[in-house]
Amino acid sequence: MTTAPPILKMRDIVKVFPGVRALDGVTMTVNTGDIHAICGENGAGKSTLMKVLSGVYPHGDYEGQIIYRGEEVAFKDIKGSEKEGIVIIHQELALIPELSVAENIFLGNELVQRGLIDRRRSMREATDLLARVGLEVDPSTPVKNLGVGQQQLVEIAKALSKNVRLLILDEPTAALNEDDSANLLDLMRGLQGRGITSIMISHKLNEIAAVANAVTIIRDGRTMETYPVVAGQVDEDRIIRAMVGRSLDNRYPEHVSNPGEVALEVRDWVVEHPVVPGRLVCDHSNFVARRGEILGFAGLMGAGRTELARSLFGRSYGIHRSGTVLMHGQEVELTDVRSAIRNGLAYVPEDRKSLGLNLIDPIKATIVSAHLKGVERRGLVDERAERRIAEGYRKSLRIKAPSVDIGVGTLSGGNQQKVALAKWMFPDPDVLILDEPTRGIDVGAKYEIYKLIQDLADQGKAVIVISSELPELLGISDRIHTICEGRITGEVDAKTTDQETLMRLMTTTSGTAAA
Amino acid sequence: MNVIKQVFGTNVRQFTMVFALVALLVGFHLASGGRMLTSSNVQNLISGNAYVLILAIGMVMVIVVGHIDLSVGSVAGFTGMSVALGIHQLGLPWWIAIVLGLLLGALIGAWHGLWLSKLGIPGFITTLAGMMIFRGLTIWISGSVSVPVPDQIHFLGSGYLPEWGPGFTGMNNSTLLLGILAIAVLAWSQISTHRSRVADGETGLDITPVIIRVVLIAAVIAYVTWLFGSGRPGTSFPVPGVILVLLVIVYHVLTQRTIFGRHIYAVGGNKAAAALSGVNVSRVYFLVMLNMSFLAALAGILFVGRATAAGPNDGNGWELDAIAAVFIGGAAVSGGIGTVAATMVGGLVMATLNSGLMLMGVGADKTQVIKGFVLLAAVAFDVYNKSQGRPSVIGRVFGTKGGGQQGTASTAVAEDDLRTEPTPKITAD
Repeated sequence: MTTAPPILKMRDIVKVFPGVRALDGVTMTVNTGDIHAICGENGAGKSTLMKVLSGVYPHGDYEGQIIYRGEEVAFKDIKGSEKEGIVIIHQELALIPELSVAENIFLGNELVQRGLIDRRRSMREATDLLARVGLEVDPSTPVKNLGVGQQQLVEIAKALSKNVRLLILDEPTAALNEDDSANLLDLMRGLQGRGITSIMISHKLNEIAAVANAVTIIRDGRTMETYPVVAGQVDEDRIIRAMVGRSLDNRYPEHVSNPGEVALEVRDWVVEHPVVPGRLVCDHSNFVARRGEILGFAGLMGAGRTELARSLFGRSYGIHRSGTVLMHGQEVELTDVRSAIRNGLAYVPEDRKSLGLNLIDPIKATIVSAHLKGVERRGLVDERAERRIAEGYRKSLRIKAPSVDIGVGTLSGGNQQKVALAKWMFPDPDVLILDEPTRGIDVGAKYEIYKLIQDLADQGKAVIVISSELPELLGISDRIHTICEGRITGEVDAKTTDQETLMRLMTTTSGTAAA
Repeated sequence: MNVIKQVFGTNVRQFTMVFALVALLVGFHLASGGRMLTSSNVQNLISGNAYVLILAIGMVMVIVVGHIDLSVGSVAGFTGMSVALGIHQLGLPWWIAIVLGLLLGALIGAWHGLWLSKLGIPGFITTLAGMMIFRGLTIWISGSVSVPVPDQIHFLGSGYLPEWGPGFTGMNNSTLLLGILAIAVLAWSQISTHRSRVADGETGLDITPVIIRVVLIAAVIAYVTWLFGSGRPGTSFPVPGVILVLLVIVYHVLTQRTIFGRHIYAVGGNKAAAALSGVNVSRVYFLVMLNMSFLAALAGILFVGRATAAGPNDGNGWELDAIAAVFIGGAAVSGGIGTVAATMVGGLVMATLNSGLMLMGVGADKTQVIKGFVLLAAVAFDVYNKSQGRPSVIGRVFGTKGGGQQGTASTAVAEDDLRTEPTPKITAD
């Protein structure tokens, strides 16, 4: 499709974080005028790669070569890359809700005349830019009054105002509904027609299949494959194989589960997004979890896994529309977190820092914090019991800390996660929902967490594990449900299934089923 | 050096603020030619500052949950005036007026609490409004004139404990009894803590530092008892001081040892995590605000008693003294950190500065400047320490819930930053 020289070449990019090689020799070429899709599992290194390209990680922080428009470049910061026409749009939009569309578009590059903002010119140029992205709103509208899809278009208009040559979109449709997504894909094709090259990070294979001219698949920080494709005729299976094709060795402890009676049953669970009206984050979901069983939930980012878990956990997310929860065969009303805990449900959030732990608390206070009644004696917290219990968990879970008096914030990720697990083991729940329990922790600690999960199942608890890492789910679960766009799209036996099947079920969206 | 560590705990720096207070007292004593540590001066220091310290007890709880209460001065003035008017004009018995005054305070607190917990209006705003409303009401109902209060309230505000028993003790026997009680309770608690630690199987525990600690505590309390008890006949440890000590004990236990106390720190440390642990966040907000105005009412009544009359401008600027005490005591602006005990030390530092500078003949204008710099220096010192990765010094005086020891958090942070994938944005309702 192109005869021009490639706009971008990245060669042997290596980016090392303390202890981990996030990028381990990525090489890719982007041809001028292409829509180039980058695929990979969560944590494969896609976003890190884009941060290297856009100067978020400055030159010198990484190894390797970036050749942009025929010249080697060394961006010191994001300003440097923007000056060359490389603009990145992050998944979490960087707009300021209280400012107008026009003010947002020119934020940081304000149009000034004699030291003052040139309002007339700002409005005029904003109107032009909005027309180019097909957004019909008054540029003086505050951004907060726009829908997510429209905000995404404002972001693109902002990129256009910077004379973008290479547009990087990180999961551009993750937060959008189907119409807005289709709209955005159309716009990307339109931009392509005007000679703008795009790099698109996406999990949604059907979207890649619809618009991409080239695909690069990254796994474990390395380029797996990179090849041109014809939009509309993309071999999704080939992408899936390259994304997940890592062998399963014994990183998972051996375990035989003995599933018993049903501990948790969810019927016809419908939850609406708290902000976007009409968007269902849980769309008529039904499932059961048995005692002594490890049930996996597989889904891509934004598919609705966390939303399902949190809406079950005392409706702590979204707007409950319908559905019932049964625990041990009895219907229960879990209208707030306390009633959920009282009924034997526990939820360990994926985001330890902002949702899971109070980092300024000492270990002992954290461990008892979800069940203070358990250490209460005559109206007071029994500090001896607290210490004894905390010490017990420190030893049995092998939390690496000199004492239970030190702050949770000083621990490593793996040990923080163990404290978070201890916090939810102490109330002795019947059903534990673990959201990304091994996120951001090293391999050794992961193994210990897996052991813990299996021990919990052996104690007769139903353990639900939400994870983005398919090998992990296959390695430790008994059964796996797949979720896509708020719907439970499949149920598979973990022992007889493979990653490709899972990935297919996870990316099966309405109308454009990949299977 | 090792002995000092064992006596004062593993971190000697935890006591920096206490040492600073002692140094201030001794320094002023020497500089003023021995007028600082006299019976009458310390008696005045306590009864003249009890109201600010009582406000600071409530304020540290408000600040720990991450808010601030600007209305406390106006609320104290309003309730003090209401009590005075109730007795003077409606002819209510003094004790009924006090009970109604405290109820009025709680009601005002509930008013502030409702705006915060039900509508989520920040405490700063609701109480700024309250500051104006209740100041205006105070002037309004009083008709801009002072209203006298009876002797019983005067007793509460600046009275002394009764004289009784033998004279050979050479001091007020009520004060002596309190001192002996305090020594007994503190010695017992030190020894029983040590015993339970031994019983829990902790090894390497030595009884010697415990004994040294008990002896030290006894010596300090004995000196303080003598200081307060040996004044001119008829004086003792002041009544507002007794009320203050009782409140400090109650609120120390409430914040450090009850489930509600844990919830206060949980909400202040991480609201979202607290909510996901089953804490009713808006209830905590409501009760903390209610309690603050209740204590403001008590402070107002004690002040009126000491002044023998309620004035329309009582309480002007008290909120700032209370807030200063809390932050000198090492509380964090962002919430989650701060203890009642440390706040009392902070408040006493301020009170000592006031008293000492006055004894030295420094004017109120310069005193204000010095206090401002002390506040800034104390907080800057603490923030600097934290930024160096060292444990916060003054936030942890005595307290077990002022936060865990924060060491080098950078290692943990780096590890978590590895996952560069964006997280789906979860909006907690």
